[in-house]
Amino acid sequence: MRIAVASGKGGTGKTTVAVNLALIAARAGQTVHLGDCDVEEPNAHLFLNPDYDFVRPVMVPVPVVDHDACNHCGECAAFCEFNAIACLPEKTMIFDDLCHSCSGCWLVCPHEAMIPSERSLGTVSSGTADGLAFTQGRLRVGETLVPPLIQAVKEVTGDESWVILDAPPGTTCPVVETLRDADYVVLVTEPTPFGQHDLALALDLTRKLGIPCGVVINRASAVPSPVDDYCVREGVGILARIPFRREVAEACAEGGLAIEADPEVAAVMTELFRTLQSLGVKT
Amino acid sequence: MRLIISSEGPNPSDRVDPRFGRARYLIQYDSASESYVSIDNTEQAQAAQGAGVQCAQKVVESGAEALLTGHCGPKAFQVLVEANVKIYSGFEGTVLDAVDSWKNGNLEPLAAPDGIARH
Repeated sequence: MRIAVASGKGGTGKTTVAVNLALIAARAGQTVHLGDCDVEEPNAHLFLNPDYDFVRPVMVPVPVVDHDACNHCGECAAFCEFNAIACLPEKTMIFDDLCHSCSGCWLVCPHEAMIPSERSLGTVSSGTADGLAFTQGRLRVGETLVPPLIQAVKEVTGDESWVILDAPPGTTCPVVETLRDADYVVLVTEPTPFGQHDLALALDLTRKLGIPCGVVINRASAVPSPVDDYCVREGVGILARIPFRREVAEACAEGGLAIEADPEVAAVMTELFRTLQSLGVKT
Repeated sequence: MRLIISSEGPNPSDRVDPRFGRARYLIQYDSASESYVSIDNTEQAQAAQGAGVQCAQKVVESGAEALLTGHCGPKAFQVLVEANVKIYSGFEGTVLDAVDSWKNGNLEPLAAPDGIARH
């Protein structure tokens, strides 16, 4: 089963849920692959200290101009949906950082003047940690094209019984890329107006993608919050309420694990694992 | 000689649009005939990305020798310099005012981009 952990709002505890859930599943004897798809600021490794088996660059195709063959006809620039090409009377210019690697320019060029080359988006690192397989994508600083790097992370995950993907925050293309072929989405939120607002956005996205989902309320207090009421109104199930514990925050700040910092949090996370398992997970 | 001025509206009495690539209109001024022609730039202005690149290409295609605008970002700057279009930035008043100060001379063409590239 492929589970994506998403949130809308940043800082709600996606990585905490993804990492601790992955460890609980592994300790329960499942084969687990945790993929950190938050490639703009990956952080799951901080809690896991993985041993990497490989680090490899992720390349995408970009054009270079063969200035001898180019007669500046402008077909490439007219075709480019992303305005990455400027065709001037005496020069054709390419802006690599605007290119989305669609290959269209060298397909439409009548003069074979657009030569496929490559640019690096970043790296994918993969290895093991604490009994689970771990893969992380890391975007090159200055790069803005994210989805192909997330695809590369997902390609490393295999037929493990649990593939858990830590999504980036928000509801943008990188989040869609992380979620799109998941069997289930865990939406992590917090009992604040901001958390609820962005939960609504993430829920809307998840429903548009047609993926079943449930909510984890992190930093929950004993009293039901407006977020609980919202979930009832929206007809979305609450999978778990992770209690607010200072000890957990302190442990996380030091790279420690929530499930080892507080027994009650460990019990809630274990219950979350069982709930997900019972939701038709192949084991 | 032909100029292009980024404008918030279609008329020379409208204000200079401080943005170049995402200007609502480009106004073309011909100094020989003292005439103004308005070019709707809405499509470029709404481009998801690369508005400056597209808009700069449009300026070059128009045959203009100079651009008067508020700010010019790095990619548009690169395209315009390549095509020998002079860039004058920092204009805030109307298109008419901008053309007047260009006519008075003493303007220094932009030597480096003064806008921020956005995606």
